[in-house]
Amino acid sequence: MDIQQHAREIGLGLDLFSCIQCGKCTGGCPVSMTTVLNVRSLVYGALIGDIAGPIHEEALWDCTCCFTCVERCPKDVRPAEVIIALRSLLVEEGKVPSTIGNALMGIFRQGNPLGYAREDRIAWMDGLEVKSAQEGCETLLFTCCSSAYDIRAQAATKALVRVLQAAGVDLGHLGTEETCCGNEVRRVGEMGLFEMLVEEGKPLLEEVGVARMVTTSPHCMNTFRHEYQLGMDVLHYTQALARLLEEGRLNMTGRVEKVVTYHDPCFLGKQNGIFDEPREVLKAIPGVKFVEMDRIRDRSLCCEGGGGRMWFEGTNTEGRLAFQRVQEAADTGAEILAVACPFCMAMLDDAVKVKGLSERLRVMDIAELVAMAL
Amino acid sequence: MKPRIGVYICHCGTNVAATVDVEAVTEFAATLPGVVIARHYTYMCSEPGQALIKEDARTLGLNRVVVASCSPRMHEPTFRAASHEGGVNPYQVEMANIREQCSWVHPDRHEATDKAKALVYAAVMKAAHLEPLEEREAPVTPGALVIGGGVAGLVAALDIADAGFPVHLVERSDRLGGRVAELNRTFPDLEPVAEWLPALVDQVRRHPNITVYLNSRVTDITGFVGNFEARVGPIEAGLAPAQIQVGAIVIATGYNVFDPRLKPEFGYGIYPQVVTTLELEQRLSSGDLTVNGKTPKEVVFIKCVGSRDQQLGRPYCSRVCCMISAKQAQLVRQALPDARVTVFYMDVRTFGKRGEEFYDEARRAGVRYRRGNVSEIYRRGERVVVRVEDTLLARTVEHEADLVVLAVGMEPRPEAADIAALLKLPRSADGFLLEAHPKLRPVDTAVDGVFLAGCCQGPKDIPDTVAQAKAAAASALIPLMRGVVPMEAATAVVDPELCAGCGMCVEICPYSAPALDPLWGVSRVNAVLCKGCGACAVTCPSKAIRLQHFTPDQILAQVEALVGW
Repeated sequence: MDIQQHAREIGLGLDLFSCIQCGKCTGGCPVSMTTVLNVRSLVYGALIGDIAGPIHEEALWDCTCCFTCVERCPKDVRPAEVIIALRSLLVEEGKVPSTIGNALMGIFRQGNPLGYAREDRIAWMDGLEVKSAQEGCETLLFTCCSSAYDIRAQAATKALVRVLQAAGVDLGHLGTEETCCGNEVRRVGEMGLFEMLVEEGKPLLEEVGVARMVTTSPHCMNTFRHEYQLGMDVLHYTQALARLLEEGRLNMTGRVEKVVTYHDPCFLGKQNGIFDEPREVLKAIPGVKFVEMDRIRDRSLCCEGGGGRMWFEGTNTEGRLAFQRVQEAADTGAEILAVACPFCMAMLDDAVKVKGLSERLRVMDIAELVAMAL
Repeated sequence: MKPRIGVYICHCGTNVAATVDVEAVTEFAATLPGVVIARHYTYMCSEPGQALIKEDARTLGLNRVVVASCSPRMHEPTFRAASHEGGVNPYQVEMANIREQCSWVHPDRHEATDKAKALVYAAVMKAAHLEPLEEREAPVTPGALVIGGGVAGLVAALDIADAGFPVHLVERSDRLGGRVAELNRTFPDLEPVAEWLPALVDQVRRHPNITVYLNSRVTDITGFVGNFEARVGPIEAGLAPAQIQVGAIVIATGYNVFDPRLKPEFGYGIYPQVVTTLELEQRLSSGDLTVNGKTPKEVVFIKCVGSRDQQLGRPYCSRVCCMISAKQAQLVRQALPDARVTVFYMDVRTFGKRGEEFYDEARRAGVRYRRGNVSEIYRRGERVVVRVEDTLLARTVEHEADLVVLAVGMEPRPEAADIAALLKLPRSADGFLLEAHPKLRPVDTAVDGVFLAGCCQGPKDIPDTVAQAKAAAASALIPLMRGVVPMEAATAVVDPELCAGCGMCVEICPYSAPALDPLWGVSRVNAVLCKGCGACAVTCPSKAIRLQHFTPDQILAQVEALVGW
């Protein structure tokens, strides 16, 4: 592996030169205490053109791309991009963990990382009536691959559609033409596949001709907003719900008599500054007693589902952050841990079961809670 | 008077002569209309070089001088003075820059020589149109205005008052002493502030030449060096504003401390364990270091909070936080001998007299220094966790603490922006007031007669603040003691017949020189304020403003020479 000779190129390409090696990046990295991955050392290696010391190839896949390092760097360096660049060198050489390789292959062949058939992408719609976006609609609903195929996440997707339709939103969907957004593809360093997804996805989205897209996942929202240059407003569904509330279009007549806390997804909160809307929606649900955990908003703890970690266990499976997170949620006395991202749903739902907290704590999507109150 | 022009080509050692054929340029210059004499010499700025000009001016009756040499920035005053001694009006001297704009940038000798000829030709053509101008002087109001009653303002006020001039000292708050009054002890000697600050304040209060205005602010400033008029308004309504006349102004408005809520990762305002260095000063003064009623066992200092931070638009080092942390860490060690004290740092910058020794003393006193910029703080039981990478160990640690002190940086006060707007003072990109030159005019501003002292110009410690305050006072005393100020002769003049009174010149002028005459409705330029920049002249839609020494016929003669080359 000749990463060594590329080190200096990475340093030059990413303009790392204002780095003062202060360690704010690694200090805030949620996985830095459980893996040998040290992003500050990688930046240093790239700067001095000697990355052999700090690099540990398998640990490169531990990064969740939560971008805490990017958000906190006082010198405007983007440390995580070094990891992505190094990953892309590994991808070029085919040195990818097999589970990530399978996910990429699934996206290439079927448009989703789970490798399910493209025709089944709309199986979740069973029992619902969702318009085809191609026939014209006010708002395009973009479902994350997880939201479309994962059984637990499908429930949240259905709930969201019911809520949006109850609020009178003219909703459309791309149907089986909908394809993975590629947010994680770029972050695992598969630049070629990502470019292909953008080239094919962008005209598809634009031809629909809607002014607004609502995504189920913060990950899709993130890449559509920052990496597609689309001529439309891209909203996370919690933003759409907050707007509907404000406009008085979302009427909740039922009650959810529960103590609820909320976990900020990294791609929604830290990376896109959307902290308030999910909380506004939860607080508006009649009966909900909203409580906060200690580590919230800018200090929220990553669930470890991003950056390809949905498809890769990581080098340390014992020190999972999701375990800490569900314990923290349970300690608040909350009965429900509300999430706003299908990856957070999967990671935290799993952790609740592993930690034996199922009796006390349930992980639910915000859309599901709103649907319960309709 | 028919132009009789002397042209002097400078070799500047080899700076010009190595690239430009100075003899050829001299021969060419001698052929130009109005030129009586053309010479070249090794260094025109030297004594013998200047003597050549003086001598020729006298013996040949020159009335114009053209020097082809360097940029006018350095030596225009030299050649103006030499010509003046020879009987030539200093404003009938023109320079052609054949060094920076020619020999230094063109390697080809032939091309450089050709360009030098063109520049000399243009200068000669312009020189023929130059008119004599008179330099005048304006009287100075004896007295100074000092804005800000912190240490900088106090020291500046005392020095000016001790020199025998009345000083008006304006302070926003209800007391003198500024930020320093909030401190417990100072570095590097751990001297209690109470031992020297009250005496300084007392000296100011008792000084017969100083009038103190508390709870007051400067609401308006008009005029110019030697003759400023300021309105001092009380902050509380009901009291009458004061109108004061002064010859010079010292701005000493100080700084604000950074609000650490802008760094949400530290949980300031959420956790009672997390305080700022300024808050710790007050706790050290009161002697109460307890948190939630308990004596801390683990104390952590975090440096560079709100400094060296590009994301927050505060890229600068606040220069005092390393020493403040070293000081407070020592004081905490003294007050809580059983507590472990750890300073997390990016770099230690304890520069200055006794700075490094002070840092040594802190470590010898048992303060532990660990290299790493703290990334996050969160709760764990009754304590907080400081999450940081020890970069020297390359290991991320969770350091539990009972008390966390954020070494908050300095930032410009919003009031300084108001003063800057009143006086049209430029500020640097970081928002602090900008000095006229970073090395040679560190306390001067772009506005003559207005000087800076202390942290309004940038972060600094008390010794540097006092040094700058004394420098500002000394500079303010220059016009006050001379009693007169020179007026720029190359100023703009308005032709009242052509002026339509639109006021565009008033708007564009960075020095507030033009004003609309309330009676006639036409613009008039105050010659004392005018710097001769020409912005008004080119803005005037009626072409009513003429900039002396840069008149259209002078500029056009120069341009035509170059265009026809």
